Amino acid sequence: MNFTLKIWRQKDAKSKGKFEKYSISDISPDCSFLEMLDILNEQLVARGEEPVAFDHDCREGICGTCSLYINGRPHGPDDAITTCQVHMRRFKDGDTIVIEPWRAKPFSVIKDLIVNRNAFDKIIQAGGFISVDTGGIPDANAIPIRKEKADQSMDAASCIGCGACVAACKNASAMLFVAAKVSQFALLPQGRIEAKERVQKMVAKMDELGFGNCTNTYACEAECPKEISVEHIARMNREFFGAKVGGRKNIKK
Amino acid sequence: MAKSGIYQSSLTKKYVIALAGLFLISFLFVHLGINLTVLIPESQDTEAKEIFNKAARFMMLNPVIKVFEIVLFAGFIIHIIYGLILQIHNWMSRPKRYKVEGWSHTSPFSKFMIHTGMIIFIFLIIHLVDFYFKAKFFEGAESVWYDGEEYHDLGALIIQKFQNLGFVIFYIASFLFLGFHLHHAFQSAFQSLGLNHPKYFPFLKALSLITSIIIPVGFTIIPVFIYFQIV
Repeated sequence: MNFTLKIWRQKDAKSKGKFEKYSISDISPDCSFLEMLDILNEQLVARGEEPVAFDHDCREGICGTCSLYINGRPHGPDDAITTCQVHMRRFKDGDTIVIEPWRAKPFSVIKDLIVNRNAFDKIIQAGGFISVDTGGIPDANAIPIRKEKADQSMDAASCIGCGACVAACKNASAMLFVAAKVSQFALLPQGRIEAKERVQKMVAKMDELGFGNCTNTYACEAECPKEISVEHIARMNREFFGAKVGGRKNIKK
Repeated sequence: MAKSGIYQSSLTKKYVIALAGLFLISFLFVHLGINLTVLIPESQDTEAKEIFNKAARFMMLNPVIKVFEIVLFAGFIIHIIYGLILQIHNWMSRPKRYKVEGWSHTSPFSKFMIHTGMIIFIFLIIHLVDFYFKAKFFEGAESVWYDGEEYHDLGALIIQKFQNLGFVIFYIASFLFLGFHLHHAFQSAFQSLGLNHPKYFPFLKALSLITSIIIPVGFTIIPVFIYFQIV
């Protein structure tokens, strides 16, 4: 298969950056999208040019490191998978493929297609954890948890923090990510203890970092490789309201 | 609330805009109910437009309604200002836009709330100048007498306005955009307030769709009926 690639090239965070056009030929339909970029990079290196920088790690759809905005969609044309799971057979021979980095104010471009997603770590550091003393292993059945709640919490916890929700959102909002992280704890008894502080701190950090607001367009849900539901956003909204109204103190930072 | 809206949390702003929006929807239903009385034909006891003119006077002079009128204006202003603050912040959150804009499978109406909102705002201004202030200060309306009491014939003013085809088209087009706005707005407000429940949300979505049809259809049949002299 032959393709024309339009790839965002940016030397470093301070450079302006622009699209470069590359032609690539004899690509197997069974080649993964990232393998196709590997082949391109080998050709670029052989020609003495700078290879295209892009994020990747496990290449098994688990880690959430790969992050390409392909023809207007984060993680490419398929639903519920990450970029590394996209194969070239999903494209037509001769297609032009536009590859861009995630675009959001808090996600600055480091180089080419790699963005700094450190903002997500900062949100987690603001409250996305539970404070427990270490000690002996507690009995697994000591705290009864409804299956339904456990399932919902697990669904929320499946978020891999790839940032596709932010990339897809027309407002570059991180609501789905934050909501998933708030929900996974809010649904379980261990997480309830710090629930009121957690939601306020994480939302405040999200705002501070410059993510946009939610318009309930649900592009995040549509593009999430883990199909995390926007019901979690509603839960976060409820949690936040409860914390603001029922909490003893307002937490701004 | 000493803090300005800009410094409030993104979620607080969403609650405010959602609550103001739901209040404005309730107002639309009241407004529609009163407007539709202008179509009531004359009967044994009442003349044509009599019920409408009496209802209009009640809405203008009743002290409770007068208080609500202030609340209503506040609702409009809050909804518009918060909408603008949120939108400007949203635009700022993506300083560098994509070359290929996203086409995720989502509600198209939700993507154009600021645009439909702007159109409705322009309509609102024209509407206030054309009807509200005239009614408020009883200008441009002839007198009409019911049971020996003088009323202002606002019904006649409306009928006169809707003789102009251009105005009728503008009016209908504005309500079409209001329908688009409401289609997303109603159910979205409940999501913003955290009231998304798998059991009840489909019902709210259906209600949202029904509202987005009833309101524009209800308001637009009035100029259509008047223009084509159906009543």
